[in-house]
Amino acid sequence: MTYQILDAPALQSGGASSQRADVLRRRRAGVAFALRRYGLLAGFLALWQIGAMLGWINPTVFPPLDRIIAATWTGLAGGALLDDIAISLQRSGLAYAAAVGLAIPLGLFMGQIRAVEQALDPILQFFRQTSALALYPVFILLLGLGEASKVFVIFWATLFPILLATIGGVKEVDRKLIEMATSFGAPRGTIFRRVVLPASLPSIFVGLRLSATTALLLLIAAEMIGANKGLGFQVMNAQYNFQIPQMFAAILLLALLGLTANAALVWLQRRLCRWADLAR
Amino acid sequence: MDGIGTIGRGEVTVRDLSKSFTLNGRRLDVLRNLHLDVRGGEALAIVGPSGCGKTTLLRVLAGLERPDSGQVRIDGQSMEGVGTDRSVIFQEARLLPWLTVLRNVAFGLEVRGVTRAEADRRARHCIRLVGLAEFEAAYPRQLSGGMAQRVGIARALAVRPRILLLDEPLGALDAMTKLTMQEELARIWREEKVTMILVTHDLEEAIYLADRVLVLPKDRGDVPQLIEIDLPHPRDRSAPPFVALRRRLMAGFGLH
Repeated sequence: MTYQILDAPALQSGGASSQRADVLRRRRAGVAFALRRYGLLAGFLALWQIGAMLGWINPTVFPPLDRIIAATWTGLAGGALLDDIAISLQRSGLAYAAAVGLAIPLGLFMGQIRAVEQALDPILQFFRQTSALALYPVFILLLGLGEASKVFVIFWATLFPILLATIGGVKEVDRKLIEMATSFGAPRGTIFRRVVLPASLPSIFVGLRLSATTALLLLIAAEMIGANKGLGFQVMNAQYNFQIPQMFAAILLLALLGLTANAALVWLQRRLCRWADLAR
Repeated sequence: MDGIGTIGRGEVTVRDLSKSFTLNGRRLDVLRNLHLDVRGGEALAIVGPSGCGKTTLLRVLAGLERPDSGQVRIDGQSMEGVGTDRSVIFQEARLLPWLTVLRNVAFGLEVRGVTRAEADRRARHCIRLVGLAEFEAAYPRQLSGGMAQRVGIARALAVRPRILLLDEPLGALDAMTKLTMQEELARIWREEKVTMILVTHDLEEAIYLADRVLVLPKDRGDVPQLIEIDLPHPRDRSAPPFVALRRRLMAGFGLH
């Protein structure tokens, strides 16, 4: 569905032999790309495994990868870690959804009305610069050590990136496009729906992706204090009990969770903002 | 594309129009007591040195700018703000990058509440008119500057305006594309029989396209001049009368 270069003549197609050469060349290019992109990661993992096995690095602190993977598998198959994943997802998911639900509508509103934005910007900047972790004790005092304070600290930290990105997106909508829509007699609501909203989507996604990372970061911190379940708790707990493979298993799962969340957002962004240049 | 003649002919009457801006605390009279009669179906070019108020005049006519005083009537009726009888072609194409060419051209119709099927039908007609039928499904960033501007023209035509307002529509295009687009505009104007008001800084373009050229003076004290271009269409840029007119107009600006 995408024509990249409209004026270029179609490539001349050759015979069968050149077609085979083409397939071969493409396969080679694919291998080269995979090597360029994942080669370093693969090398790092191989070095870890070999290093731990041969004793180059302390295997009690860095156990070989096969033991970490085995511990992950045991935890998942036995269902022990599944509970932790579920509760972690629930905490971060709830907080993230609440932040998205509040920040996007509020940001769209604030970005449109200059007076509101100007009045609220200083306080927003102040809150944003106040680390959510520093405020966590305050939230615990207010909401207790249970679920509420954990969800709230994640909510607090994820709210601002989305809010500021949304406001920024709305403010940066090309005035000329809005004027164009006005010249066709479009009412305010239509201009918002058909011009302002689509134009600010790429910026909103920047906030969404930033916040998804923050959500997982804060999740771990929150679960390390006063929790008895969750992946963050498992990291701490395994370390206390010197179950180092189990500790790494929880860390591995957290990393996978982050990668999955980001991949999902990238996929959604590609679908919704196909027209915009993706930053890559 | 008939039916235009029955609604009104696209006559514009401007009476005592004044508009000023405040710039760095200083009041700047851009237009002062301007009178102008644009005949229905005529092509009027507005030229003048920068700062003479030609774009401001066009924006007032479009309803994008409010005059301080004075009156604008369209086919005898007083004009209030933007209206369905006019559409604007800007210097930049101003296409929505997330919409295809077809959806961009249909945009003006859709915001006016035309059904999707009817909007598509009219949009397709106008896309053909500007010669972009093969690019209906393309996105704006896949188009060249000239092609994008054609889409902007198609979008303005799709709403079937009585009056087409053009704000230096070819100013950002390269010289070759500009010549082609001038011919294109002349053809579209003849076929669509709309009133065309064109702001330009290109005197040759004004003579090539317009029935009359309004020259706005830089000095607000001077009187605007109206020059009849009594040459047959399509015009030949190298014909002696054309060259003579261009020389006369350029001399008026102190150019030789």
